[in-house]
Amino acid sequence: MSEFVRPALDWHALAPELTLLGVGAFLTLIDILFAERARAITSALAGLGLLGVLVPIITLASAGVASEPRVMFDGGYVVDGYSLVLKAIFVITGYMVVLLSTNYFAEGDYWENEYYGLLAASMLGMLVMTSARDLITIFIALELLSIPVYLMAAWRKRDLKSNEAGLKYYLVGVVASAVLLYGMSLLFGVSGSTLLSDIGSSADLGSGVDSPAMVTLGVIFVLAGLAFKVSAFPFHTWAPDTYEGAPTPVTAFLSVASKAAGFVALANLVFVGFWDRSDVYQPVFWILAAASMTAGNFMALRQTNIVRLMAYSGVAQAGFLLAPLAVAGESAGVADDALQAIVVYLAIYAAMNLGVFAVIIAVARRTRTGMVESYNGLFRTAPAMAVVMTVFLASLAGVPPAGGWYAKFSIFRALISPGITWGYVLAAVAAVNAVIAVGYYGKIVARMWFEKPWVPETALDEIQEKTPNDMSEVVAAESIVAAETVAAETIVVAESIVKTDAGTSSSLPFALVLALGLSLAATLLFGIVPGTLTHFTEVTLLPTIFTGS
Amino acid sequence: MQAFLDDWGLTLLTFLPLLGALLVIAIPKADEQMQKAVALLSTLATAVMAVLLLVWFNLDNAGSLQFVIDLSWIDVINSRYIMGIDGISLPLILLTVLVVPLCVIYSFKHFPEPRNPKAFLALLLILETGMIGTFVAQDLILFFVFFEVVLLPMYFMIGVWGGENRRYAAIKFFLYTLFGSALMLLSFLALFFLADGTLAGLAEANTFDMRALSGGATTAIARTSQIWIFAGMFLGFGVKVPIFPFHTWLPDAHTEAPTVGSVILAAVLLKLGTYGFVRVALPILPEAAAAWAPVIGLLAVIGIIYGALGCLAQKDMKRLIAFSSVAHMGFVMLGIATMTDFGINAAVFGMVAHGLITGMLFFLAGSVKDRYHTLDMSRLGGLLVQAPKMGWILGFCAMASLGLPGLAGFWGEFPAILASYNPAGILSEAVFRTYMVIAAVGTVLAAGYLLWMLQKAAFGTPREEFADSPDVKDASKHEFWAWVPMLVLIVVLGFYPRLIHEASDPAVVESLVVNVGDDVYDCLEIEDGTDCFEDLRAESAEKSNGGG
Repeated sequence: MSEFVRPALDWHALAPELTLLGVGAFLTLIDILFAERARAITSALAGLGLLGVLVPIITLASAGVASEPRVMFDGGYVVDGYSLVLKAIFVITGYMVVLLSTNYFAEGDYWENEYYGLLAASMLGMLVMTSARDLITIFIALELLSIPVYLMAAWRKRDLKSNEAGLKYYLVGVVASAVLLYGMSLLFGVSGSTLLSDIGSSADLGSGVDSPAMVTLGVIFVLAGLAFKVSAFPFHTWAPDTYEGAPTPVTAFLSVASKAAGFVALANLVFVGFWDRSDVYQPVFWILAAASMTAGNFMALRQTNIVRLMAYSGVAQAGFLLAPLAVAGESAGVADDALQAIVVYLAIYAAMNLGVFAVIIAVARRTRTGMVESYNGLFRTAPAMAVVMTVFLASLAGVPPAGGWYAKFSIFRALISPGITWGYVLAAVAAVNAVIAVGYYGKIVARMWFEKPWVPETALDEIQEKTPNDMSEVVAAESIVAAETVAAETIVVAESIVKTDAGTSSSLPFALVLALGLSLAATLLFGIVPGTLTHFTEVTLLPTIFTGS
Repeated sequence: MQAFLDDWGLTLLTFLPLLGALLVIAIPKADEQMQKAVALLSTLATAVMAVLLLVWFNLDNAGSLQFVIDLSWIDVINSRYIMGIDGISLPLILLTVLVVPLCVIYSFKHFPEPRNPKAFLALLLILETGMIGTFVAQDLILFFVFFEVVLLPMYFMIGVWGGENRRYAAIKFFLYTLFGSALMLLSFLALFFLADGTLAGLAEANTFDMRALSGGATTAIARTSQIWIFAGMFLGFGVKVPIFPFHTWLPDAHTEAPTVGSVILAAVLLKLGTYGFVRVALPILPEAAAAWAPVIGLLAVIGIIYGALGCLAQKDMKRLIAFSSVAHMGFVMLGIATMTDFGINAAVFGMVAHGLITGMLFFLAGSVKDRYHTLDMSRLGGLLVQAPKMGWILGFCAMASLGLPGLAGFWGEFPAILASYNPAGILSEAVFRTYMVIAAVGTVLAAGYLLWMLQKAAFGTPREEFADSPDVKDASKHEFWAWVPMLVLIVVLGFYPRLIHEASDPAVVESLVVNVGDDVYDCLEIEDGTDCFEDLRAESAEKSNGGG
């Protein structure tokens, strides 16, 4: 055995992860030191800490990492343009989640310090994932980002649904990890290395024709394990229950950051590790993508709870994100297009989906329910909120000029660029699905704009009591008058709920307004001037062994 | 001034209404007068901008794009912020900037329930930006974005301010249009990858620049690919026009939409589809267009007959006018399908004429509904007795709509029929002459249903239920002044159609003959054009390989 050589550490390249580690440790520490007294400032500290992580990311960017990647551990950990862009997306997403959480947890009397500590831990896993080019590192990163979220999903511990959410997510997650790990062990067995670049260049993996079936199995197992994470059909069954039961800010985190981390893992594995084995992964992704879009959309059409609806919409959106991987192996140019499409989609999806959840949290603050009926007449009771929600939903549906159109456009572009039949067919499937999705996004919009304002049932009972009960004795003409009174009062009550219960945007907590404003600005900016985003997303992942050939 | 207009003219023209919308949104809800004033002023400012452009527009050179802006926009896909107008877009822009202020004036006294003038006016202004943007965009992606921008405002206008069945109509409109445009976007992308910009003198091969794409960059694309790409665009534009059998959203949308919504829909929104054919589909893919032309022509004449028969089966006046739109747009599409400069000129004229006439008819239907609270024609009657001014205007518009010579409608329909006697050489004369006969029958039917409508609504004595109704008054000041400019234009264009032809003709010739290249035009004009295109493709492919 050779002597252990201490690997060279590039402290600057690791600075974002280390800073985040410090933030997480600090948050936990102040809980131990100050206990309840620190409650009021924890969220602010968490937010500032996360923004602080942006500093090393920016210094790394200005140090020219994009053109000269920093490689550590024999290529197992790489800080390049791709990983930096994703790190920035994750950190900003995390900051938005903190903004969403601030009042939710403070007002709900839940533990706060631990929550933000766990959030930081999970985000650390995501940052590591962006740079991981090694099976073990990817697995560690995946566990690091998942385990805190199992806890966070069950944070409303006196609520059965929240417990169900946490438990379900945990059980499914563990099974997925096992599947993933088994696949990884097969790949390691064939290639003799855990480094993705070694796996990619390994002769056994690359020689398409007579490679062992073990490789095929390994690749499929690994992809299936990650398909759970990104909630692709048919591995999505945990998502609706978990999304519904978990505290809404955690749901936002799950549906944006956690899902994005799954895609990052997929991208790393596919583009660095399996790229030559397009005969295996392309059909898998094709089926996953088409099935996720179609099934997600059709199930979303039937939902009555907004969070469950967003869960299925997330399944459909995952289908869009998977689509470019179904053609990525055609050529190096297509691979770059596909990767850029995924990164662009992730960024825009983060902005618009966080926006939707910000509105959901804001609306639920006054309605105390997640039923889609509670969005009825929002345009009359809270016009600004309705307009903002409309922009986000239009963006998710892909209607210009809100950002979503460019995300979808990038996917279409990646699908069409190789000029192969399967690409065209999947593009057509995606186009049809984009229209189906309007069915449920449009349903919410229609409720907000076209319906009479929603009134909680308790309030309806009050109105009923005020009006005469013995309608049978009243002459017909009077009963019409009475009915009109009820209708008029309904609107008055609805409006009074708005006025008193902090429904208008001006009386929303500052953190929520900031979150709404940021996501709105990003959604519109990415849609009108996509250059602001594409400037950062012109990245590549293919190692030179592929691009050279 | 020329320099200013060159740099800023089209940007200002497009975004002034949007600026107005933002201002309207910023005004407090209670201050309705202010909102109305700002809305009207911004539409008027847009109109002034359009007039300035018209004055400085070089008519002698109407065939080429003027006031061109070309700035970088989305570099990574080589999509640019390109705008420009020529003789085809100019009349349509003028139509838009005329109709929208009139709609604003009309709406002052007619905010439909649930009122909310602020939102209504803001949506109207956003709509205007989308419409003008579509007419000026010269980059496919920019075109697509503006084409889609009109969707949401119209959806809300129908859904919030519409009639009883508004939710169904609104979502139907939205889904139909979005379905078409999703496939259209795929076609644009396929063009991006398959066309070769270097053939048209660009530095890059992949481009969304409409000037290059319609200037020969597509000649090397394989015939089957062209036909599929055209199919996608055909769906996108065809739904918007709407061509039979994609028209079913239109009667619903028109019946449920508020008056102003119907007017905008009929006057301008439908033209986005036909304009798309004239500006995008035909010049970019002439070969595929020639292959599709018999189908388009067939659907157009089916639309003419079906729309007319549909009209005769209606009880609701607004629904009748909506079906008449299907028939009239059939004439426009027939003109386009002939692929001759004569036919396309007729189409451009038909678009403007239909915009004015049908817009007017919808205004009238709205005002009739305000007075009688119904549009059921079996209950209407005696408008000429109770409201003579309105009755006469209705009669006038019905005459214009059925294509009476001397009024604008004539110059849209008659030349379109005439053009199909003699379609482009590559198309079958026998087929198009059959279409011509069918279309001519359609004009007779048109006279039938329009006169029937006039008879039902305006003639006779008022029904008992409305005889003493205090609501039934003659046209108010607001209504009258909103209508006069359109009525005047219907007469002026009827007597002096050159006003439009002078601008549109050179542009049509340019896009059909000059831009695509003489060789393409020659192929279109000979009978075995398919082989000719085949030779041309081989030639272009060689050039394209040599150059790249």
